[in-house]
Amino acid sequence: MAMALDFSGLEPASLRQHSYSDPAAHWEPQCSFPLPKVADLDGFQKAAVDLLKPAHGTTTLAFEFQGGIIVAADSRASMGQYISSQSVKKILEINPYLLGTMAGGAADCQFWQRNLGTRCRLHELANKRRISVAGASKLLANTLYSYRGMGLSMGTMIAGWDETGPALFYVDSEGGRTKGTLFSVGSGSTYAYGILDSGYKFEMSVEEAVELGRRAIYHATFRDGASGGVASVYHIGPQGWKKISGDDVSELHYQYYPPESQASAPDVVEEQPMQQG
Amino acid sequence: MARGFKEHATWSPYENNGGTCVAIAGLDYCIVAADTRLSLGYSILTRGHSKLFKLSDTAVMASSGFQADVRTLQKNLEARQKGYYHQHGKPMSCPGMAQLLSNTLYYKRFFPYYSFNVLGGLDTEGKGCVYTYDAVGSYERTGYSTQGSGAELIMPILDNQLKSASPLLYPPRETATPLTEQEALEIVKDTFASATERQIYTGDGLEIVVINKDGIHKEYLDLKKD
Repeated sequence: MAMALDFSGLEPASLRQHSYSDPAAHWEPQCSFPLPKVADLDGFQKAAVDLLKPAHGTTTLAFEFQGGIIVAADSRASMGQYISSQSVKKILEINPYLLGTMAGGAADCQFWQRNLGTRCRLHELANKRRISVAGASKLLANTLYSYRGMGLSMGTMIAGWDETGPALFYVDSEGGRTKGTLFSVGSGSTYAYGILDSGYKFEMSVEEAVELGRRAIYHATFRDGASGGVASVYHIGPQGWKKISGDDVSELHYQYYPPESQASAPDVVEEQPMQQG
Repeated sequence: MARGFKEHATWSPYENNGGTCVAIAGLDYCIVAADTRLSLGYSILTRGHSKLFKLSDTAVMASSGFQADVRTLQKNLEARQKGYYHQHGKPMSCPGMAQLLSNTLYYKRFFPYYSFNVLGGLDTEGKGCVYTYDAVGSYERTGYSTQGSGAELIMPILDNQLKSASPLLYPPRETATPLTEQEALEIVKDTFASATERQIYTGDGLEIVVINKDGIHKEYLDLKKD
């Protein structure tokens, strides 16, 4: 039988939970972090970012329509000019009915959305009902606001289906939180907006909406060097989220522009004879 | 007068000791490898420094970057692993260790460990798993990875030779490499030999660890010392 030993001395101070008997505990973020003892903290953080080049993520989108919400993203992460991964999960499954997206610092998004999942579960246990999307996004936004100015980099969308129906919020590391029906975040977002805005109709069917999301990510990866890899598409309905597709964007290119009709593909370079004399 | 702060204009708490790490996941094995050169600027401090660290019978970590931070990170994880073992009566699984490493790295988000890690081992079903990290803790399970100075030379070869599918494709496909243990070992040895030719921080020696159902098997070979 395993002994119960007291390891509180080994726990990092930041992760000790505040007690529920302290009413102010709910207002404070649940983690605190050690800081380096330097006079110029901002300079240190800038230098650390330049040195370590934490992985950044890049084209994500989400929109509401008559059939629920579509969430789509690419999967490329870059550290400086190096593509550090082509298989990053940028659509984070917070719980079976809430999705979050990743843009900006990969570690920041992963950690704080995992923390959000924990707090949503605690809410369910404490209140005997699921947390609303508005509530979940507010928890995250309040946490990020308390770290405002510290150098966190996150542009995330929280999407889900609760008692009020589908809901979509954009939350970022500046502490902003905005409700909306269509968002795209990341370096490739401008390209995705072009496709989304021209093809969007609220009355779309689920298949049309999924295809619109997929195409918007494909076009963003085509033009943005920092986006690429696999285009993932999720659908959120009344029963929660479901992953619909994950397609390599280079294969999507040849699906949309088959080899026989390459001439109609954008920006295709015809083979030129070599320059002479 | 500075209030206990270091104010020397060019002092930095970090150094880069170089080195390269690789991990490859197979269907029933995992290979973790790293070179043994420890550098500082243009100097070689030692040719025999191990970057590998056994966390449990099913998890081995390899880290490049600043070796003082790497050593502290290894000690921290070892203490947590031992605590878990004594508290729960069994060793931590590799996926559990992977998340622990991510949280440990993120805890120092504002004064990061200058450590680029790959974690390799067997998951709870006995299949090979590799987890790759950035310095502040973002992580993902992949079929293979490299970190460190030679990563940009080695990664394209692994992309080309290992034929692993992306974990994000849907319907899902197997992400571990279909190659046999021997084939994967040959690729590891070849890639390090190639990286040694074109990278000043990679060389001297290569430590390879193979984890499979028979346990952990370690191998060492020499690399060019120039």
